Amino acid sequence: MKKSMLSTKQSYLVCAIGVVALFGILMGVCESGLVNAYIKGIMMTCCIAIIMTTSLNLTIGVLGQLTLGCCGFEAIGAYSAALMSKLLVANGVAMDPTLRFLLTTLVGGVVACVFGVLVGIPALRLHGDYLAIITLGFGEIIRVIIQNLKVAGGMGLDKGAAGQALIGIDRLANLYVVFWITVVTVVLLFMFARSRYGRAVKAIRDDEIAANASGINITYMKVLVFAISAFFAGIAGGIFAQYIGSLNPAMAGWLQSINYVIMVVFGGMGSLTGSIVSAIGLTILPELLRAFSSYRMLVYSVALVLIMIFRPQGIFGNWEFSLTKVINKIFYPVKVREHGKPKQDGADGKSEKAVKSGKSAKEADKTAGKATKTKEAQA
Amino acid sequence: MGNQIIMFISQIFNGLKIGSVYSLVALGYTMVYGIIRLINFAHGDFIMVGSYVLMLTIPAIVAFGLPAWVAVIPAILMCVAVGVIVERAAYKPVREKGNSMTALITAIAMSLLLENGSQAIFGADYQTVPTIIQIPTLSIGKLKIDGATIITIVLGVIIMVALQLFVTYTKQGKAMRAVSEDKEASILMGINVNSTITLTFAIGSGLAAVASLMYCVSYPQVSPMMGAMLGLKAFVAAVLGGIGSIPGAMVGGLVIGVVESLTKAYIGTITGGIITSAFSDAIVFGILIIVLLVKPSGLMGEPETEKV
Repeated sequence: MKKSMLSTKQSYLVCAIGVVALFGILMGVCESGLVNAYIKGIMMTCCIAIIMTTSLNLTIGVLGQLTLGCCGFEAIGAYSAALMSKLLVANGVAMDPTLRFLLTTLVGGVVACVFGVLVGIPALRLHGDYLAIITLGFGEIIRVIIQNLKVAGGMGLDKGAAGQALIGIDRLANLYVVFWITVVTVVLLFMFARSRYGRAVKAIRDDEIAANASGINITYMKVLVFAISAFFAGIAGGIFAQYIGSLNPAMAGWLQSINYVIMVVFGGMGSLTGSIVSAIGLTILPELLRAFSSYRMLVYSVALVLIMIFRPQGIFGNWEFSLTKVINKIFYPVKVREHGKPKQDGADGKSEKAVKSGKSAKEADKTAGKATKTKEAQA
Repeated sequence: MGNQIIMFISQIFNGLKIGSVYSLVALGYTMVYGIIRLINFAHGDFIMVGSYVLMLTIPAIVAFGLPAWVAVIPAILMCVAVGVIVERAAYKPVREKGNSMTALITAIAMSLLLENGSQAIFGADYQTVPTIIQIPTLSIGKLKIDGATIITIVLGVIIMVALQLFVTYTKQGKAMRAVSEDKEASILMGINVNSTITLTFAIGSGLAAVASLMYCVSYPQVSPMMGAMLGLKAFVAAVLGGIGSIPGAMVGGLVIGVVESLTKAYIGTITGGIITSAFSDAIVFGILIIVLLVKPSGLMGEPETEKV
């Protein structure tokens, strides 16, 4: 029975093929001239939104703490990357543009991560509503400081006037590179969420006191998740800076952060694939509905309330889309259905997995919906 | 030298004026948070609703020959209606099903709904509110105090005392305190929890309408987004004073108002221009962060213990 399903290696392969196929389609569409620069721009924005939303989902969905300051970290990443890029040019460092893009984006991520730790250590002593408010406060402080910063060395910020934009950033972002950054981000986040750490984080979400009693270092885990989120938000910011070419402190405002929170909530708290779908959907939809743009937030807010009332866990809940699951369903429909029985006995490979993941078989069943694209194939 | 002292005192009065507006808003926050443990993000927007009602009704009321401040009555009615509808339509169903995070997201969504709804109706621009009251300026020697400041402060104190008496001595007030103490136990004691929560929302929203009157006396303009920052600062005031405490909200509001006013006036000179008055919002949030980290129960709140 097990042989007729896809093995772990096979399912990795399926995922890799899926991603490469997606890249092939992207490349084909772009190279053949089917799409114009406008569409490419939307694709780029989608990638940035995916990175932001999936990384934010790690904090909101997996850790279960609502933060409203993600755009503060995005802005820190964006400004660091932009200033780093300018610094490299100013010092006459000759570098391959792609390499420079990757380096500066990484710098953006690392700086945002450092700030994430600095903000996270005090902020994460609080939880619930207080945490939301305090992260909002930090985001606003970051915005105000960027707005009034004079140390950026005569690059547009030194005028001292509030709201001065940082301009003239080299537009190095390349859609193909950004696509692969997005893929790597999502893969890393998936791996984290399914790892031993990820399970500990979920335990904190489900019951903080019980998790603490089980020996999980809550503060460490929370700060870790917060820092990872901030890192990827910084990466997204770095890409954004080098795609748009100019930066405005308003990007750090809490209304921007709420935009991403809306994407996470729509997609489903805890579902990374849901976040991807909603990030793409909510980026494309406003472009299609330009005529109604003044009603966009009105519609969002009504939809948000309705989702909270009728489906508090978001549209996808914590269900993940899985290519392997689809293939199994198509090619081995009967086997998949039969598979439920032996699983209960714990007589096949399932028990191995259950032991490995340190959970009882019952718990493993419960979280089966959350299992990775890859791990599901083991079952 | 004398001029500087007068300048300093008038800055303090400026702070007290905006501070008593914060206080009234903070009272609403603190009551709602005390009873259902939810930051009502939409509370700041109730002020916006009240201000728009004032703007629309004042001409009609003046035409009737009544004084313009009577417009606060329709504003209160409207705000209470909005507050109760928001509570019944959105917060109650979510409270029954979801956890605290879904409730908070709902509150943010209601805030966005009110802001964008009024933006769709009235447009995004600032609009002017007709003059509400003309109060002569009070002069003590060289010191000039705006009449509106005194009215605002006095009104704020009166409302706070009335609210404190209401919560301490009336049956509904006792029910409110019981529900905020222990919801399940108060159900067993025969308290109608839902109507008590609705009453709390109604009072909080009514106070927001009064706050909108006081705000419009001093700053006669309205915009759909006016409530957001005002609400956040009032929340900071509520946390500073100790959430759930009525005198705390009052004190917190006044402190935030004075601190804000003084930083705007003096921070540039004190720090030699490194930190300018543009940082005043950041400083208010800085206060919030320090309070939450050092004394999360606030100046007058009771410390909360974590229950299993």
